Amino acid sequence: MGKVASMRDAVAALVHDGDVVAIEGFTHLICFAAGHEIIRQRKRDLTLARLTPDLIYDQMIAAGTARKLVFSWLGNPGVGGLHAIRRRVEDRDPAPLELEEYSHFGMVGRYTAGASNLPFFPLRSYFETDLPKANPLIRPIRSPYGDETVYAVPPLRPDVTVVHAQRADAEGNTQMWGLLGCQKEAAFAAERVIVVVEELVDEAVIRADPNRTVIPGLIVDAVVVEPWGAHPSYVQGAYDRDNRFYRDWDAISRDATTTKTWLDEWVHGVSGRREYIEKLGAERVASLRPSGTAPSGSVDYGVYE
Amino acid sequence: MNEPRTPPSGATASGPGATGSPAAFTSAEMMIVAAARELAGQRVCFVGVGLPNIAVNLARLTVAPELELVYESGAFGAKPARLPLSIGDPTIVTGATAAVSMFELFSFYLQGGLVDVGFLGAAQIDRFGNINSTVIGDYEHPKTRLPGSGGACEIAINARQVFVIMRQSKRSFVDRIDFRTSPGNLGGAESAARTRREEGWLGSGPSVVVTDLGIYHFDETGEMRLDSIHPGATLDQVRDTMGWQPKVADPLPTTPAPTAGELRLIREELDPEGAYTK
Repeated sequence: MGKVASMRDAVAALVHDGDVVAIEGFTHLICFAAGHEIIRQRKRDLTLARLTPDLIYDQMIAAGTARKLVFSWLGNPGVGGLHAIRRRVEDRDPAPLELEEYSHFGMVGRYTAGASNLPFFPLRSYFETDLPKANPLIRPIRSPYGDETVYAVPPLRPDVTVVHAQRADAEGNTQMWGLLGCQKEAAFAAERVIVVVEELVDEAVIRADPNRTVIPGLIVDAVVVEPWGAHPSYVQGAYDRDNRFYRDWDAISRDATTTKTWLDEWVHGVSGRREYIEKLGAERVASLRPSGTAPSGSVDYGVYE
Repeated sequence: MNEPRTPPSGATASGPGATGSPAAFTSAEMMIVAAARELAGQRVCFVGVGLPNIAVNLARLTVAPELELVYESGAFGAKPARLPLSIGDPTIVTGATAAVSMFELFSFYLQGGLVDVGFLGAAQIDRFGNINSTVIGDYEHPKTRLPGSGGACEIAINARQVFVIMRQSKRSFVDRIDFRTSPGNLGGAESAARTRREEGWLGSGPSVVVTDLGIYHFDETGEMRLDSIHPGATLDQVRDTMGWQPKVADPLPTTPAPTAGELRLIREELDPEGAYTK
């Protein structure tokens, strides 16, 4: 079956202690299933990169997998703060967490430079802000074609990027729709790529709609089939964002003990995503289905023989 | 939605726009309505979560039917069918004009100069509209670690103008911000204009600040000036909730209260659960 692997085997083989790991997805398609498996396998000293660390990195950092965080917006969207991360930053509890901070465009640019084999990415951000002081890797550069100065950010090349998507074939040719975030850039920038999908499809399905292919199998090391792997994030057309859980996490994560209890129960206490979803319950799962369908119109690529 | 609606800071709100028995409204509703009205005539607006999101959608249904909503998550021309909790909600994609990568969104749409208005929130703001959303206290040893820039610093620099919606308090309207996440009018209009020109910014900086007490614009010195006070709010309240002595327009008009139509849209269509407007 090509590159198809279990989540356990994919993480064991491709994520190593000390790696720079990017589990991307901007609100959409965040692979919690991979993050939880990394916690279960007790990986250590990771550098975690993401624009928005979101609940997944709050959980992974609470579980002690990371020593450093590279990011651009540190919060629980629409709810508030990320308390496990704040404990590490504000109280150094239980240990300090190294931060490397950019803006959204800076992070997107870093992946883009990494994916394109460029030494930096130039952008018109950071002027007259304190961000270059907080992070000296954000540096002004002069245009070689005039007097203008812009800012540069360095390439980001994760050791491993995890991408969640609607579907892929067994070789890892991956299609997604909805908000694309910087999944493509983060994948092309990485040394190794794990693709996690809701559905494994035949190669013919991919070839019938080549414009929708975001990541080619060429750069993919493992394909994990893990329905509901993005919960409590969402998958356009398959299931909704579980906003209730995002709100619940605010209370759970405010205290180190309740956070640990949650991790013990919902991460260490299950063998994998299937058990997690069973534990979540049929009713909750059903409530997250879209309220209707909105299929795209089909396009005709034509036959040219 | 059945809780009694309290006007700004507990004062009575019987807006001058209301005739007969005045409709009561919350301070959040007043902020949303005031911000929405400021969007009249604008075309492309970069939307944030929470109050700005409701304000922009209200503007689209009232004063700015041509408004195109851009979400930093990658939706252009969004027509959300429900109020999104996050700016990456699936409802902003279904029925949108385009769903693009964040690279395209930030490179072509924002840095390319297509965004007329960007909305920013702030933990701290100073008289010149410089914004902190990064840390309270020292950066290395913060008292409070806030979310950080996200897209805010590039919005401040590249959107043609910036709107701010935030509540006033001594902690948030400060003489000196602890960290400059998003540049406003720097140390004043003159230096800001020179810097923008020399550094090639497309944006002209902050233009409107809507609070729970009033509406501010920026005068020729680049400083915030109270140009309208909300119904029920007093100048004493304004002064007691700022870290500097604010400039005040003379005469100072009262913000027209939300109309029954505006309130109906907010309560029945945009935030029926009152998540942001109670």
